[in-house]
Amino acid sequence: MGQIQLKQVTKSFGSTEVIPPLDLTIEDGEFTVFVGPSGCGKSTLLRLIAGLEDITTGHIEIDGQDATSVVPAKRGLAMVFQSYALYPHMSVRKNIAFPLRMAKLDQAAIDQKVEAAAAVLNLTDYLDRRPGQLSGGQRQRVAIGRAIVREPSAFLFDEPLSNLDAALRVGMRLEISELHERLKTTMVYVTHDQVEAMTMADKIVVLQAGVIEQVGTPLELYRTPRNIFVAGFIGSPKMNFLTGEEAAKHGAHTVGIRPEHIDVVESGGAWQGTVGVAEHLGSDTFFHIHNTGLAETLTVRAIGDVSLRHGDTIHLSPRVEEFHRFDAAGLRIA
Amino acid sequence: MATKASRSAARIMMAPAVVLLLGWMLVPLIMTLWFSFTKYLPLRGDSIERGLDWVGIANYARFISSSSFWPAVQTTLIMVGGVLLITVVLGILLAMLLDQPMWGQGVVRILVIAPFFVMPTVSALVWKNMLMDPVNGIFAHLWRFFGAEPVAWLQDASLSSIIMIVSWQWLPFATLILLTAIQSLDSEQLEAAEMDGAPVIKRFWYIVLPHLARAITIVILIQTIFLLSIFAEIFVTTGGAFGTRTLTYLIFQRVIDSQNIGLGSAGGVYAIILANVVAIFLMRIVGKNLDA
Ligand SMILES: Nc1ncnc2c1ncn2[C@@H]1O[C@H](COP(=O)(O)OP(=O)(O)OP(=O)(O)O)[C@@H](O)[C@H]1O
Ligand SMILES: [Mg+2]
Repeated sequence: MGQIQLKQVTKSFGSTEVIPPLDLTIEDGEFTVFVGPSGCGKSTLLRLIAGLEDITTGHIEIDGQDATSVVPAKRGLAMVFQSYALYPHMSVRKNIAFPLRMAKLDQAAIDQKVEAAAAVLNLTDYLDRRPGQLSGGQRQRVAIGRAIVREPSAFLFDEPLSNLDAALRVGMRLEISELHERLKTTMVYVTHDQVEAMTMADKIVVLQAGVIEQVGTPLELYRTPRNIFVAGFIGSPKMNFLTGEEAAKHGAHTVGIRPEHIDVVESGGAWQGTVGVAEHLGSDTFFHIHNTGLAETLTVRAIGDVSLRHGDTIHLSPRVEEFHRFDAAGLRIA
Repeated sequence: MATKASRSAARIMMAPAVVLLLGWMLVPLIMTLWFSFTKYLPLRGDSIERGLDWVGIANYARFISSSSFWPAVQTTLIMVGGVLLITVVLGILLAMLLDQPMWGQGVVRILVIAPFFVMPTVSALVWKNMLMDPVNGIFAHLWRFFGAEPVAWLQDASLSSIIMIVSWQWLPFATLILLTAIQSLDSEQLEAAEMDGAPVIKRFWYIVLPHLARAITIVILIQTIFLLSIFAEIFVTTGGAFGTRTLTYLIFQRVIDSQNIGLGSAGGVYAIILANVVAIFLMRIVGKNLDA
């Protein structure tokens, strides 16, 4: 079990309100990701759920029980910190065993659980090392091991992969997703990396300045962003926004179109411009296009290696059905 | 500073300082060793110009067989141990207190450090005359206010009183070192332990204390070196009476009161040995924290 409910939760540090009244339900077994720009209150929200920070007003319920004033240890949640927060003077074995020792389990049970967790996380060979003697990815696994031995009702992750290099990040992302498949435990995961959010989440919560902009599955957010902020935040490269004449044609204040929804054509096409920077990735090519008369720059994604260079003229054909329309307040027009 | 040329240049430039320091240390050490094997009583007309008589280990034998020797060693160890215990325990508590965010933190920190800037002689005199005086001292007034008989601190509880005075002087040092160590503790570790179900006491025991181990080691080693040679505090308070005669003080009495430089030098060599024994002993117990 691990259903978490926030009811009219607010948080202020002194006189600055970081989180205005907020309602959110995280269902049991769900992998929920909080995304948003830096400083939007993702960590704060996670720490409120963990109990490391006191709620200013409102209620938190875990599995239907009011947990607002329950101490962190008694909430049955486990947290993995960005800095891993391993205990440097204890061996990996002692680190993983620590929550069990605090729960006063007998030694045989502790040993058995630690061995089991180590086996799952490929840490068996490192059990007698200190955290200082491990690589970043291994430390991350120890931190996860320390969380899973407690068999919590939910895991809380605060940007657990941000200290790892790109390749390791992709690997750990898969491992965490697999762990979720296997344990089926609720996971709440904070990141500012929208690729992590898109690939891992069952449900994404997009935050801006403490306010929930939209909640939905990754594809819902991608296909029907509720406003310009979400539209710009989800998707990479970023959606192109056009105002003025082009938007008026579609009966909107602003229209957005994703780079992957504009086709590069030999000739004709509705739009044309000159190639600024062309990023050739092999599988894709990203063009940053100027002088279109639509916007400062237009980003376009072409499949495969398209051999257009800096300064070339490019012909473009947007897919009409893929336009997103927004009104003057930035909200989606259905 | 990595090329060969820059390294040898560094060596040449450091040489004068090294030579000076070596001379500074070696000359007194060798002279002490030499005197300790000779009969050197200036009042009886012995002097270096006229040559000193070699007496072998007679001074050593006499110093160690003196009835004051072992009590002095014991007093020294009790005093050093007592001060270490008080400063480390209170230092940890004060450091944790000062680490809490509070109003007027800066001022409070300076106040805590203040005793360290007072000269040992001055602070001992202040304690003796203003606080511990059995008639006019603040403690005496306090005791009388509560209807108790004032304590003659420096006579009836002389060793404890001196331990108290010296601890007061060294507490700032311990607090300061431990405070910087506590400030370097990653708060996420404490939060992780909190979530792992460790109550405050266990967080202190399993997280804070191990984190402080290295700083505590440093405090103990440095303080021991200085505490073994405590002198001014004893000189101005009890003058070595009432069971406060440490090894350092005994040597002083042999050299100055009895004007026996040979015997005092032998005592000095014993003091060096004691200091080394204590240092090795401490290194063994706590030193492994240093290379962790
Ligand atoms: N202890 C604190 N006292 C005062 N303000 C705080 C405190 N902790 C956080 N804040 C403020 O609350 C806001 C949200 O902080 P938070 O750490 O939740 O951001 P975040 O979304 O996790 O950002 P990042 O992606 O950079 O980690 C920030 O504006 C921050 O300055
Ligand atoms: Mg954060």
